[in-house]
Amino acid sequence: MKKSHIIGIVVIAIAVFVIISTAGDASTYVNFEEAKALSESGSDKKVHVVGQLKKDADGEIIGVEPGEDKLTVTFLMEDNNKETNKVFYNKPMPPDLKQSEQVVVVGHYKGDIFYAKSILLKCPSKYEEESLQVSAVN
Amino acid sequence: MINLFIGNLGHLFVILSFVLSVASAYAYFRATKKEDISAQKEWTFNGRILFYIHSFFVVGIIVVLFLIIYNNYFEYHYAWSHASKHLPVHYIISCFWEGQEGSFLLWIFWNSVLGIILIKTNKKWEAPIMVVFAVVQAFQVSMILGLSVMDVKIGSSPFMLLRDVISDPIFAINPDFIPKDGTGLNPLLQNYWMVIHPPTLFLGYATTLIPFSFMIAGLWKKEYKNWIKPALPWAIFSTALLALGQLMGAYWAYETLSFGGYWSWDPVENAVYVPWIFQVASIHTMIIFKKNNTALKTSIVLVITTFILILYATFLTRSGILGNASVHSFTDLGLSGQLLIYLLAFVAVAIGLCIYRWKEIPTSDKEVSTYSREFWIFMGATVLGLMGFQVFAGTSIPVYNTILEQFGITSNLAPPAEQAIFYSKFQIWGAILIAIFSGTGQFFFWKSMDKSKLWNELSIPILISLAVSTVIFLVYNITQLSYILLLTAGVYSVVANSTILIRLLKKKSFKLAGGSVAHIGIAMMLLGILFSSGFSKVISLNKSGMMFSRNLSDEMNQENVILFTNETKTMNEYQITYKGQRVELAGVPGLPSRKLIRKTIDEHTVVANSDYIHNEKLVFATGDTLTILPENTYYEVEYKKDGEKAFSLYPRAQVNPNMGLIVSPDIKRQFDRDLYTHISSIPDPDTNTEWSDPVTNIVEIEERFFVNDFVAVLKKVQKIEEIEGVTLNQNDIAAEAIIEVQAKNKTYTLKPVFIIRGKMMGNLPAVEDDLGVKISFMNIKPEDGKFELTIETSQPDYIIMKAIEMPFINLLWLGTLVLMFGFTIAIVRRYKEFKRNS
Repeated sequence: MKKSHIIGIVVIAIAVFVIISTAGDASTYVNFEEAKALSESGSDKKVHVVGQLKKDADGEIIGVEPGEDKLTVTFLMEDNNKETNKVFYNKPMPPDLKQSEQVVVVGHYKGDIFYAKSILLKCPSKYEEESLQVSAVN
Repeated sequence: MINLFIGNLGHLFVILSFVLSVASAYAYFRATKKEDISAQKEWTFNGRILFYIHSFFVVGIIVVLFLIIYNNYFEYHYAWSHASKHLPVHYIISCFWEGQEGSFLLWIFWNSVLGIILIKTNKKWEAPIMVVFAVVQAFQVSMILGLSVMDVKIGSSPFMLLRDVISDPIFAINPDFIPKDGTGLNPLLQNYWMVIHPPTLFLGYATTLIPFSFMIAGLWKKEYKNWIKPALPWAIFSTALLALGQLMGAYWAYETLSFGGYWSWDPVENAVYVPWIFQVASIHTMIIFKKNNTALKTSIVLVITTFILILYATFLTRSGILGNASVHSFTDLGLSGQLLIYLLAFVAVAIGLCIYRWKEIPTSDKEVSTYSREFWIFMGATVLGLMGFQVFAGTSIPVYNTILEQFGITSNLAPPAEQAIFYSKFQIWGAILIAIFSGTGQFFFWKSMDKSKLWNELSIPILISLAVSTVIFLVYNITQLSYILLLTAGVYSVVANSTILIRLLKKKSFKLAGGSVAHIGIAMMLLGILFSSGFSKVISLNKSGMMFSRNLSDEMNQENVILFTNETKTMNEYQITYKGQRVELAGVPGLPSRKLIRKTIDEHTVVANSDYIHNEKLVFATGDTLTILPENTYYEVEYKKDGEKAFSLYPRAQVNPNMGLIVSPDIKRQFDRDLYTHISSIPDPDTNTEWSDPVTNIVEIEERFFVNDFVAVLKKVQKIEEIEGVTLNQNDIAAEAIIEVQAKNKTYTLKPVFIIRGKMMGNLPAVEDDLGVKISFMNIKPEDGKFELTIETSQPDYIIMKAIEMPFINLLWLGTLVLMFGFTIAIVRRYKEFKRNS
């Protein structure tokens, strides 16, 4: 066998390994129910849950509680299936959390609480304005 | 009045430049066809003139758009959404390319410049390469065309009027309405790196077209070998620029963003990293080809891959396909279809042409010896390809979902939860191999090698690097295998390439030193990355969170500390104290304390409360009116070591009404490490301070009492004649109480005022935010010489901050400079070779 063939086989093997490991390391978008089922089945793989902060009947955000030392935060999040769950985030509350339109939490369940390793917020961005704002008009 | 003329002019220029690029492509295409020399010359001349006029209009578009931004024509959406009146002139340049359309224009501009340079320097290849250039230009300009053909939107024009983009009732009432101010430039982009990073990166993007054009021309004209020589210096130039552009971006991120580093494996970063990696591989295979005619097919494939990946990067970052996966991709302009056609057109043409000619491309069948330079370079290129492939595979995850959806399959794949780990764990092994190959490959440059010669040559560099790296990993107590190997390989690459460099210098053949200098630079960068990322240490760590739950210790570590004003905490060897807020005033040196000024109705104007002395000079005096940059607040954090003041850092935060808290770090740069500090949170300045219920204290002079756990003393009460903001009548009586509050490091004096006007009693409370204290002087009880004070308390001002130490990060920046120097030597050499032969 020629050297180039050996190298070719090794390269293909590594490429296949890369594909498998990418598929294996890729996270998934799930809802709270699926995330919970996943953790109960013993997996500690981190998943993405997309949702919004829980709001009461008047549209006020409820359930956002910074920790006593302000270095952590817990909040209630409603996933896209309208299921609400408590999320714990071991970092100071992101300042734009309450303004967010959409919250993506990345993490996993521990007991009944979803432990978010990271939070991605989608905020009504200044740079994607669809309408004039009063402040900009005046 | 709305200035319609300028926008129409700009739009006309866009359309003309599009038409001219198509015409130029056609003329050049005709020039490649004709057998007859004079017709060929004629068509070439036509193509050239058309390209020149096209370029003239491109410059016209840029001038018009710049004037719209510069003159604050907020009737135009581009000016309104990217500029504002208070923006300093040098950032107006950044506004220009903040939007997608402007950044396309920048790219188009570079393509024009490069096209003209090629016309001037390479007559032989002019016609075929300029066909490719002009076609690419046509695609690029189509992105900003802003026309609708049969209800299909082609391109997004930067010359759209605000009223046509944004629906607002005001335009129904007054179609000529012009907003008074724009929404301004993203504050994170108001940084000098954002003035030079985009032009560099886009010049890098644009230059990838040159090797690609030569390669296409070579296949097309069956000049399978000759395209390499003119393409090589440009390929090296392009690689250098892409590297420089990425590192400028990394440096900007390090200085401005607060994710705690310079690289986050964000899709937008990866989108450039992947083509760059392939381009690095391609310049190496092209060099081998020049030496001994091998690796031609590999070079062709790599050049195609690089250019296609640049188009793919453009598609990823601009089509909106990344969605939630990236924090900083462009907004979606609805161009995804058009971008996809652009990408697929070039995939089809390049791969089609390649397959069509494949059999004719000369190859060399000889087996490459392990003791040849080709073998090592080839191995290096293979490793680079695999590294690029891994990042490509991970970054494309959002694309898989979209593709599967087209087939009706719902896929819920998300990017890896921990991107940095996902990419680094693979890339580090690639980096180890690259360091080894780049150290070893250099030894084959002079002579044919065999086993024994090679070991003779290598034994000393290997021994030196083993010794050096052993010392380092013992000193730093490195235990992770991949880190030890990268350290050893990196040191080996520096030593081996330095050995070569010294030999070259002895032979006075410095012009050949590009490779070894560039490889030393890369190895230094790898070592810098290894130390600064692998051994970065959060020093604001506290483990108090462990109490929450013991079995979660790792996740429960707090990486932030909360600091109240003037409170000192110990972090590692430092005692740190938050000293209060600082502001930035126009024309005022230093950062004066927020307490020295007070706000007025205009948010850009403030009045001085007291004198400000900086470097023993009076900069402003009480009552002066000053201009403030209202967005920025700096937070003074004093670092002490063993009780001695070491330095102060001033991390910055902006509270943006739309974007929330935007923070930028401050960095203490030391020779062997950086100390990086950023704000994570501050009290919300928009919510009014919540005061506790007032508590009444009846005190006499010199009596001690407690306010918010601090000891306070009423020093005296005195009659005053004047109170700021309140005019006193003749019959009014006013008195102020002078109260000293003893905080940990400082004594504060508060002066609440009590006023009697006729039968009415009033008071002006004194507030000290540092302490979270409000004292009101409510009454005087003359019968027993006592005074009634009420005390309200709130949370004192605080910051939550994070501090990270990054060892040897300077190796990364220094390595970058060395790399650029190496590239420069190589470009000069290869360009001279091209000139000599043409």
